[in-house]
Amino acid sequence: MIEFRSVSKQFPDGTVAVDDFSHVLPTGKATVLVGSSGSGKTTLLRMINRMVEPTGGQVLIDGTDVAKLDRVRLRRSIGYVLQAAGLLPHRRVIDNVATVPVLNGVRKAEARERAYELLDKVGLDRALGERYPSQLSGGQQQRVGVARALAADPEILLMDEPFGAVDPIVRADLQLELNRLQRELGKTIVFVTHDIDEAFTVADQVVIFRKGGVVAQAGTPAEILAHPADDFVASFVGADAGRRSLQLQHRPGDDRPLVVDRDGRPIGVLESTVEAAPGAGASAQGGTAT
Amino acid sequence: MTWVWDNLDLIGRLSLEHVRLSVPPIVLGLLIAVPIGWLAHRYRRARPAILTVIGLLYTIPSLALFVILPAVLGVGFLSEVNVTVALTIYAVAILVRSVADALGSVDAEVRQAATAIGYSGWSRFWVVELPLAGPVVLAGLRVAAVSTVSLVTVGIFVGVESLGYLFINGLQRRILAEVASGLVMTVVIALVIDLLLVLLGRALMPWTRVDSRRSRRRRPAAGVVSR
Repeated sequence: MIEFRSVSKQFPDGTVAVDDFSHVLPTGKATVLVGSSGSGKTTLLRMINRMVEPTGGQVLIDGTDVAKLDRVRLRRSIGYVLQAAGLLPHRRVIDNVATVPVLNGVRKAEARERAYELLDKVGLDRALGERYPSQLSGGQQQRVGVARALAADPEILLMDEPFGAVDPIVRADLQLELNRLQRELGKTIVFVTHDIDEAFTVADQVVIFRKGGVVAQAGTPAEILAHPADDFVASFVGADAGRRSLQLQHRPGDDRPLVVDRDGRPIGVLESTVEAAPGAGASAQGGTAT
Repeated sequence: MTWVWDNLDLIGRLSLEHVRLSVPPIVLGLLIAVPIGWLAHRYRRARPAILTVIGLLYTIPSLALFVILPAVLGVGFLSEVNVTVALTIYAVAILVRSVADALGSVDAEVRQAATAIGYSGWSRFWVVELPLAGPVVLAGLRVAAVSTVSLVTVGIFVGVESLGYLFINGLQRRILAEVASGLVMTVVIALVIDLLLVLLGRALMPWTRVDSRRSRRRRPAAGVVSR
């Protein structure tokens, strides 16, 4: 469990990035911090592994103030995935993946062995392990980034706009892949993005920020879509523009109604209806009925 | 040309001597330049002062240095140490800027990623920053090496024998072939050392040779420096 207690961050130039933020990120769940640039979401993420120190308040991991922990050891215990992967260009893919275990003192051969298993896990051919990052596509590099973050089997995974630099198709692919991994591994994920659709795809819990690190609304994707707290949230999730309101269109001769958007454009076909499970946002999401 | 055939022994001996005198200043220059270059890179406010002062060292005429150094170092006028120290100073003058620039050329995102995944400052420098700065450092080192090989000849003025001997001797005796052979051998030694440095760079920095077929446009493929 990660807990933010009245956390603030004011930069030396006077900019307030975060103002009195308190929130609990539950263990084993994916929490997505979403907001436009300047909303302080990345600053908050970086406070968890002490890349940024708060000017007020505390960040606690399982009840321990991170300020009391050794920075380097703390970082090695937390997986970190960056935009554009942040791989070390002078290290082969396999050594990139094995970096953190090797830093932790695991024998190199052993770390490599495990790194190859991780390549399997993130859906990469083992042959890519001998290449350098520059020889991989953006999407492949991103997968290596995820494998590296998982290498030391951390409880917590921090993801800072991890899929921001890849094209939309690869991006959708990576999001689904992350969900699959998460079902399997159950890590505590903190994910930062400015893309609300991405947030709804990967999140168990979403926190929407206004400028200056002020929370506009926090909740499950279903809660936020169904009851946006105010106009800002409604506009942010696209509810005000009708982007999220879908209709069923019954067609003669077919008992499966068509799902259409506000302008009557078909989105998909309604196969069946499901009961909303607590915390399950998928059934309430716009555009996912097929 | 008969002079060359008759004096192959001399040319060979002086060439070896020349190489022996060239290598220590290049190596020492690099070793000294790395920490100073790091300081200039790390403390941005001190950078202009450090680079200017170190750069000015290159403008000290070598003959003046040969006169001053014995007094400063407390060694004899004709000691080889004078030449080694003087040439090391020139190598440092060239290399400090290269090292500072090289460290500055390391992608900030990569540096941050290294910190984020748990490199301490010390290990990050040796394992991440210095290797990635390698190609730019190597470019500077090649300049310093060639410059050093050429400057070794000046040592003859304080009696330290190198291919410079052929210049002075050839000039006094008006043997053009002697001067020419000294010149040719100096160039050959410079080229050989340069080649060795390039090969060493390839061996130590294999990632700079991979063909990045899918090089990303967002930022230049790190480690590939074209200058």
